Amino acid sequence: MIGFGNPGRLDDGLGPALAARVEAAAIPGVTVDSDYQLQVEDAEAVSHHDVVVFADAAISGREPFSVSEVVPSRGLSFSSHSVDPDEILGLARDLFHSAPRAFMLAIRGYDFDEFGERLSPDAADNLAAAEQFLLPILIRSDLAALAERAQAAAPPFPNSA
Amino acid sequence: MTTQIGTQRIVIEPVTRVEGHGKVTIHLDEQGKVTQARMHIVEFRGFERFVQGRPYWEVPVLVQRLCGICPVSHHLCAAKAMDVIVGADRLTPTAEKMRRLMHYGQTYQSHALHFFHLASPDLLFGFGADVGKRHVIAVAAAFPELAVQGVMMRKYGQEIIKATAGKKIHGTGAIPGGINKNLSVAERDGFLKDLDQQLAWARGALKIAKDYTVENLAKIKDFGSFDSNHAGLVTADGTMDLYDGNLRAIDANGGRIFDMPPAKYIDHIAEEVRPWSYMKFPFIRSLGPERGWYRVGPLARINVAERIDTPEAERARQEFMSVTNGKPNNITMAYHWARMIELLHAAEKFQELLNDRDLQGTDLVVQGERREEGIAIIEAPRGSLFHHYRVNDRDEVVMANLIVSTTSNNEPMNRAVQKVAEQHLQGVAEITDGLLNHVEVAIRAYDPCLSCATHAMGQMPLVVELLDHEGKRVGRRCKGVAESVAG
Repeated sequence: MIGFGNPGRLDDGLGPALAARVEAAAIPGVTVDSDYQLQVEDAEAVSHHDVVVFADAAISGREPFSVSEVVPSRGLSFSSHSVDPDEILGLARDLFHSAPRAFMLAIRGYDFDEFGERLSPDAADNLAAAEQFLLPILIRSDLAALAERAQAAAPPFPNSA
Repeated sequence: MTTQIGTQRIVIEPVTRVEGHGKVTIHLDEQGKVTQARMHIVEFRGFERFVQGRPYWEVPVLVQRLCGICPVSHHLCAAKAMDVIVGADRLTPTAEKMRRLMHYGQTYQSHALHFFHLASPDLLFGFGADVGKRHVIAVAAAFPELAVQGVMMRKYGQEIIKATAGKKIHGTGAIPGGINKNLSVAERDGFLKDLDQQLAWARGALKIAKDYTVENLAKIKDFGSFDSNHAGLVTADGTMDLYDGNLRAIDANGGRIFDMPPAKYIDHIAEEVRPWSYMKFPFIRSLGPERGWYRVGPLARINVAERIDTPEAERARQEFMSVTNGKPNNITMAYHWARMIELLHAAEKFQELLNDRDLQGTDLVVQGERREEGIAIIEAPRGSLFHHYRVNDRDEVVMANLIVSTTSNNEPMNRAVQKVAEQHLQGVAEITDGLLNHVEVAIRAYDPCLSCATHAMGQMPLVVELLDHEGKRVGRRCKGVAESVAG
């Protein structure tokens, strides 16, 4: 599981916050990482795993969170120092010959416009809901539940990532 | 993309494969002649207000909120400024060497990422290559071994940062007066195990950059190039030092303008505000805003230094300088070669430091006489980074001023845009994506990181607008990324 975002920019820290909670749960077989943003080396990291859950803050979209399946891409929007989850999977496939199944968990946030290491109250509630959803799935390795939630959700990635 | 020709204005917003948010506007008259070209950067100065009132010891961690690209540079520069506040004029060997290792880790991963994953499409496929090839995915397809090397070099540098700063996000390694951890033997041995491979890849990257520059010299020597002043840190004897030293400025012919300790920066550097840009334009006071602008970053650092204190990088520096007969190199595209010299230098520094037992020392922090003001300069991957703080007797920050590397390169990037626009866009019947990419190639050479100065992180859509001579928009094209999720 990889949570990404800047915890110093209020609700942008939702991804790392979820990663911290998953890490604290110390679930066997689950490795957790977090960073400001996804980067090329994450392609190497995901290539060693069967399933990847990306967690990020969502500026808009479904509350309290949405889940979508991520498929590898050779997206042309690979245009800055950060990399999107679908491009991470594309690099994992092209460079490291690995195709893990992947999901995007986009937690709805509201405040992004200031410096500050705190979540807005509504974002904190959404984080709790995402945690309640994800932890049992990870504990049970219940890939089907993750896929079912992704299938029910709309719109799919990349619109929500 | 809109391709109307007449009296028009082309806007590239923001520039792809640079970080943060910026846009380029190019004004053409009815004959297609460039009348004005500018790079606009949306500067976000909120941090300097945010930090006011916070305890000074929190600042080295707080500053990392500025930027997801070079948080380590801000972390270390703030820690150096706070060293002054706590009177730590000389750190313990363990503290200084741990910080240096962290800094070289940052330089290494940043330079590797830029070269292999941001700049390489320009060098491997050409400036005007089809848009479908102008990204690392195409590099991965055509040169998979290079793309893998870039990933693994970036990862190595990131692991060095994690081991020295404590964690990847909001690292806490550097504290006022020193460091809060040493490097364990197990961590050291883990890095040493892979170091030979890293050195080999760094040598290979340097060769690619050198060969590209030498083989294409006729084509690139004038590409977005111009004479300029240069600035970078050097030791007292003129050796390049990315972590500490005096700031040296030279003119385009190598004449010395100043060698100054960081504490004197206000006497030598001023910042000009221009109405059309949110980002300031620093200049050397003695020369004034018209002549005093300067370049920072790898090209400037190689130019101002008299030597490099690692053998392979020093040999590479001499080879680099021989291209311009020992005079400063003012070729914008030579930034790539200079950057790869620094990449190898960082790898050589890994070797030097990882074999130094001081890294396992336990004397981590010193303090001295408390002061109210702290100023520091560090060579961030993109150039000289200034941090300046004042602290009251309640230990609260009451003033902060930062000059980030990209701000110092603001004027040079604007000149590069102007030059390339004149060279490649002037008078052409149809302005294609490939032609516009020439402008971006010149900007990318500087590896600007706009996150420090901007609100948005990680979102780099490209907007091209054409406006007529009355300022009316006659066309707009946008390629971009999803706008609905924070990154």
